[in-house]
Amino acid sequence: MKVLVCVKRVLDPQVKARVKSDGSGVDLANAKMTMNPFCENALEEALRLREAGSADEVVVVSIGGGKTAETLRHGLAMGADRAINVTTEEALEPLAIARVLKHIVDQELPGLVLAGKQAIDGDSNQTAQMLSAMLGWSQSTFISEFKLEGDTATTTREVDAGLETISVKMPAVVSVDLRLNEPRYVKLPDVMKAKRKPMDVIELDSLGLDTANRLTVLEVVEPEGRVAGVIVANVAELVDKLRNEAKVI
Amino acid sequence: MSNLVIVEHDNKELAVATLNAITAAQQIGGDIDLLVAGENCQSVADSAAQINGITTVKVADDAMFGHHMAENLALLIADVAKDYSHVLASATTFGKNIMPRASALLDVAQVSEIVEVKSADTFVRPIYAGNALATVQSSDVIKCITVRTIKFEAAEATGGSAAIEALSGGSDAGLSSWISQAVSGGDKVELTSAGIVVSGGRGMQNGDNFSLLQSVADKLGAAVGASRAAVDSGFVSNELQVGQTGKVIAPDLYIAVGISGAIQHLAGMKESKVIVAINNDSEAPIFQVSDYGLVADLFDAVPEFDAAL
Repeated sequence: MKVLVCVKRVLDPQVKARVKSDGSGVDLANAKMTMNPFCENALEEALRLREAGSADEVVVVSIGGGKTAETLRHGLAMGADRAINVTTEEALEPLAIARVLKHIVDQELPGLVLAGKQAIDGDSNQTAQMLSAMLGWSQSTFISEFKLEGDTATTTREVDAGLETISVKMPAVVSVDLRLNEPRYVKLPDVMKAKRKPMDVIELDSLGLDTANRLTVLEVVEPEGRVAGVIVANVAELVDKLRNEAKVI
Repeated sequence: MSNLVIVEHDNKELAVATLNAITAAQQIGGDIDLLVAGENCQSVADSAAQINGITTVKVADDAMFGHHMAENLALLIADVAKDYSHVLASATTFGKNIMPRASALLDVAQVSEIVEVKSADTFVRPIYAGNALATVQSSDVIKCITVRTIKFEAAEATGGSAAIEALSGGSDAGLSSWISQAVSGGDKVELTSAGIVVSGGRGMQNGDNFSLLQSVADKLGAAVGASRAAVDSGFVSNELQVGQTGKVIAPDLYIAVGISGAIQHLAGMKESKVIVAINNDSEAPIFQVSDYGLVADLFDAVPEFDAAL
């Protein structure tokens, strides 16, 4: 079985997003970028499936501009067999991303598509569900456990009330949560090896897909921050403040 | 304009989060209909019909909708949605699971987790874990929206008398099946609806020490939460996690104990009305957002706080 893993290049989660003064968006110039953390979990799971003999090839795909290739190289260094880089300078919305991914799935015919549950920049949490709908495949979202059993998979989903276990028919599109696994560290020899692994570069425009955006971003602003309050001297003062000043207990 | 709000429920009771989504629909304007899809869910339809300001409650009662599997529900929503300008669901794991799938079937974009309605086509939504707010305008004929519940008051649950209309048909995609659900907590206060939340972080050191927080929570009628660090360390289970990747909550009082205040945790609780931080590190970022900070060893301070209540 071939596993296709969708990955996104995002602002490093340890870096605080800074809004541009003209309100046009978040300033990414010279910012440290990395693979979206949830995507790393998705790739890790695919690699473990290959190591367990359930998958024979792991392909990473990404859609983006200039340096997306770096993120795909990181995926190859983690252990993916090859990469597909769909290049565009446009910032596509999840619906368009899903359409491009569907095209790739139609070409590659994987038995499983893994993706992160959301990208930590747009926080949309849409792409996997949309891709699954377009393919007419089964879906399982926000999973923390994945067990392949022939032509079905048993998945445990992290839902508001706790954990939900469902069975999905393969092929499936599965979006993953952080507790699914601990992504491996990349070692230097892996980085060297990754340089020789194949990466297909496809220009988005050459695919002839409708990837027009449906949403217009009118403005991006910083939220009103909280102002630090007071430091109390002891528990007695804290209880007094909560009772008589804030009146919340 | 006409709104369709997807009702979240467990076939017995309507989830409160749906009332928040209805308020967002009221702010958009126009008629509001509800869609209840489930199995033996008449009691949900009945309570939905009593919500103030609803025109029609559409009910699809069939075994194929019993466990709200996304494939079947999305097909139904996409079919029913064709008569509406706006389709809304709360941004819970229920809404997040089904709504993008329905949006794709309708070939429209989804606007995720709105926190404000500017007009019928313009909404504000947080990006970058709430570190930025984007105002977006949708050009789609049908606007699919999920609603961040804490930013909208709950609609009045009574006072209405909507018509109930049974939907027939629907198709079972046969792609997935429900196996089980593990719900923990029992009679404990639910995190997302609690007025007071007491949360522990890595500083709690282990799961047993969370009993210190539970004791305080019991006295205050509060829920217990946790940071991702505490969950990842195996102290408590994941449904207690407050943060960008866990639950986003806004109680009247949030007490953060042994929590340093990572960006991703703040994203889940910084809308709380009053924030208290107890931490032995005076440099911890949590003190930059707290109204009342206490620099102390939590193992001294929490039992003393408990005794003072």
